[in-house]
Amino acid sequence: MIDVVGTFKRGARELIAHIDFPLLLITLAIMAVGLATVNSATIDSSHRMLSQAGNMGIALVIMWFVSRLPPQKLMSFAIPLYVLGLLLLVAVFLFGIKVNGAKRWLSLGFTRIQPSEIMKIAMPLMLAWYFHKYEATLRARHFIVAALLLAVPFGLIAKQPDLGTALLVGGAGFFVIFLAGLPWKVIVGLIAAAGAAAPLLWGMMHDYQRKRILTLIDPTTDPLGAGYHIIQATIAIGSGGPFGKGYLNGTQTHLEFIPEKHTDFIFAVYSEEWGLLGNGLLVFLYTLLIGRGMMIAAAAPTKFSRLLAGAITLGFFTYAFINMGMVSGILPVVGVPLPFMSYGGTALVTLFTGIGILMSIHTHRMLVKK
Amino acid sequence: MSDFHNPDSDLDRFRFRLGIAALLVLLAFGVLIGRFVWLQVVQHDFYRTRAEDNRIALIPIVPNRGVITDRNGVILARNYSAFTLEITPSQTGSLEETIDALAELIDIQPKDRKRFKRLLDEAKNFESIPIRTRLSDAEVAIFAAQRYRFPGVEVKARLFRQYPLGAIGAHAIGYIGRITDRDLKWIEESEQQANYKGTDHIGKTGLEQHYEFELHGETGYEEVEIDSGGRALRSLKRIPPVSGNNLQLTLDARLQEITEQAFGDRKGSLVAIDPNTGGILALVSTPTYDPNLFVDGITPDNWKELNEHPSKPMVNRAINGAYPPGSTFKPFMALAALEMGKRTPNQAISDPGYFNFGNHQFRDDKKGGHGSVDMYKSIVHSCDTYYYMLANDMGIDNIAKFMGSLGLGQRTGVDLGKDDSGESKGVLPSQEWKKQRFKKPEQQKWYAGETISIGIGQGYNAYTPIQLAQATAVVANNGVMFRPHLVNQIVDAKTGEKRPVEPQPIRDLKLKPQNVDVIRRAMVGVNKEGTGTRAFAGAPYETAGKTGTAQVYSLKGADYKASAIKKELRDHALFIAYAPADKPKIALAVLVENGGFGAQSAAPIARMVLDYYLLGKLPAGAAREDDAAVEDDNEE
Repeated sequence: MIDVVGTFKRGARELIAHIDFPLLLITLAIMAVGLATVNSATIDSSHRMLSQAGNMGIALVIMWFVSRLPPQKLMSFAIPLYVLGLLLLVAVFLFGIKVNGAKRWLSLGFTRIQPSEIMKIAMPLMLAWYFHKYEATLRARHFIVAALLLAVPFGLIAKQPDLGTALLVGGAGFFVIFLAGLPWKVIVGLIAAAGAAAPLLWGMMHDYQRKRILTLIDPTTDPLGAGYHIIQATIAIGSGGPFGKGYLNGTQTHLEFIPEKHTDFIFAVYSEEWGLLGNGLLVFLYTLLIGRGMMIAAAAPTKFSRLLAGAITLGFFTYAFINMGMVSGILPVVGVPLPFMSYGGTALVTLFTGIGILMSIHTHRMLVKK
Repeated sequence: MSDFHNPDSDLDRFRFRLGIAALLVLLAFGVLIGRFVWLQVVQHDFYRTRAEDNRIALIPIVPNRGVITDRNGVILARNYSAFTLEITPSQTGSLEETIDALAELIDIQPKDRKRFKRLLDEAKNFESIPIRTRLSDAEVAIFAAQRYRFPGVEVKARLFRQYPLGAIGAHAIGYIGRITDRDLKWIEESEQQANYKGTDHIGKTGLEQHYEFELHGETGYEEVEIDSGGRALRSLKRIPPVSGNNLQLTLDARLQEITEQAFGDRKGSLVAIDPNTGGILALVSTPTYDPNLFVDGITPDNWKELNEHPSKPMVNRAINGAYPPGSTFKPFMALAALEMGKRTPNQAISDPGYFNFGNHQFRDDKKGGHGSVDMYKSIVHSCDTYYYMLANDMGIDNIAKFMGSLGLGQRTGVDLGKDDSGESKGVLPSQEWKKQRFKKPEQQKWYAGETISIGIGQGYNAYTPIQLAQATAVVANNGVMFRPHLVNQIVDAKTGEKRPVEPQPIRDLKLKPQNVDVIRRAMVGVNKEGTGTRAFAGAPYETAGKTGTAQVYSLKGADYKASAIKKELRDHALFIAYAPADKPKIALAVLVENGGFGAQSAAPIARMVLDYYLLGKLPAGAAREDDAAVEDDNEE
């Protein structure tokens, strides 16, 4: 009974010991905007705001939990998680459930999971661990092995087909390799090779993927089919103007012209109602988030932690840029949600696992350095 | 790659690469912001409009078509609202099954199915198409109770055009029908596309076509907010339609009806004009047809019957039939002679019963001739020899010049059809006409011998009944000419403002009053002591008239015996008249195809018309006025 207050204080301090408040505040701000937008997008029909708030609560708990795991512990998850993810992807390839022409899900009887989601974390974790392990003896062959570690899951996911997730997973892995010091001449060579391979890649693409790229170049060729999403989203953004139509006043949103409006196309809803001003604010918040992540990566004490932090941070960027780019019509439509904004529990859990990792890296750095 | 691992340089390289990544991030976000500025500032107006277009649908509201009434207010064309059962094919599964199921509830005839199929072929995108028109209240109730079973089927109130008098005056009133590609072109040329959104009927002939853009009115709009599925959510704005203007005719429907009855089953035409205004009192072409058949889309059977019938009911003989005027031409010839100084009234000829020209003998229809014939007698007794000589003396171009001034051989410009191309010009023979009419040089030359029979209204002469009526009206009105017209005034449906159509004469021939008087006295003589005496026996008013008989078949010198000739080859009977002779109120021309002598079959019709118009006297056997009154069952 002595010093109850002190005990509580110490307990509370311990609870929040691994929370990085700048990062938390930035994500909370983006989520607040996201929650309001989900409300606007679903107010006429499914009312998803409370459900999304619940998702956010769960995701925050997971973040808290992950942030408490020290980086060494995280490192020990690298191989098991990667192998698990890979096995599940193979299982999807073999026994997956087809939904809308894409095999992305694996049935567990009581529920179904999307293994590619695991890879979004497992991939940078694995590669960061790999480069960390061979830090002292890094040779060209290590980059080749890393490329293979990246290519197999990427190929499996792209084959599902799920180009959006493949890009995110591939991006996260590539950032690790890039930050680990992939020689510039290889990077230049890759870019040149990619340019040369583009026609080949075109030949390998699925029809719907080709169509998306074609309709991006000229959406009006298919105004009621593939071009419809882009056209309607672009109209929503453009008609929002400098200051937006006002919260809950977006006609494109509320008259159901925007497809997937609470998930992948939520940015169109936000942009229509808040205009250029709102877009600027949102891009600013993402910049803060990425900036904070980069600060954490730059200050990280080990190769593993800085590569992981850098890759996760740049992963957030990939998410945000691809999503806003596709909704505003400068990138092809791929299934990438807007981080912390789009409705959906799975994506939130993955994102907050990433945030948790960043927090863990940052709050454990002194312990490592000693 | 360095051979030695150096943690510090490793960290520096990492931070350098992170810095490059940060720059790429800023660059990429900069591109995004640039894109947003482009969409939301530069292109904002464009996208705002696009969003509005998305959101708002303009639903046209078709105006009420103007009503057509006769000079006394009798309704000739009107609209009635009726319930129709309509199917929107895009919202219905199997059309056959739906119609079969509907047929169990509501009487659907094979002809309804046929019409539906036809309309389905013509229909634009997602229109609803009527399967049954004119539902009874009971049928509406039966369907309403079962509505849930029939998605895409609904009861609608539509306006239908109706011609209450049916066949009476059909050639004047015309009819409306569904818009075809040709009509669309007309609408485009008239720059009326916007105003015809939602309209699916248009005037096809007669007054309905001529005054289409007066009758149609201005289409209204309802601005409706719609969602992406096209469902109307709420009305934002409504611009009501403006009803079409009403037409008040100069036509007398009762007179029209009596005249049509007078023709019986004979083919022919009568045009009666008020000489003081040019207003047409009756415009008859028999046989006629029921314009109501066309409103909903005429059935192929009906169309075939009308179109292929040997008596050609669809042809408007009043403006499209060109007939030799026969002896009705003589008063105009006489007037021409007086005006041009070729004859004096008292100048007499001696008629031997023929006129020799070259080696050809032109015969009078009275053997031995009429003896001494002056102008009066030449008209009263219809002496051919007098006019053979006169024509020869005048020459063809003088005749053509004067007859042309009376409007013969020219389109009158009567307000029927889309433009005056629907009206026939007839033939006003002249040297110039022949040159243009024929191609071979030997045919192009006018021979003086051809002028002779022109004098008695034969030869190349061919005029429409409306031209003859107009020429008669001009003479009756002392040379002051009006354009014949059917619409007295156009009445604005909203303001009630009345706009007269043809208030001014188009020409004054400046005829010498004493000359006109000579002709008048002679034409009065026709009905008192000449060829029209029998038809006008006991008339309490004084009439001026002239009989005529036009050859259809050249007899080449043989005697004409009606009974010996097939009916289609018998002569046409003609009669022109105006009355009262001293102060004319009506001028007319009658033509009975294959009617034989004008005095026998054409003049009695003229008598009936004048008796009714001047005295209100009904011919024996005519229906009483109240019996013929319009049924008003569907009037709203």
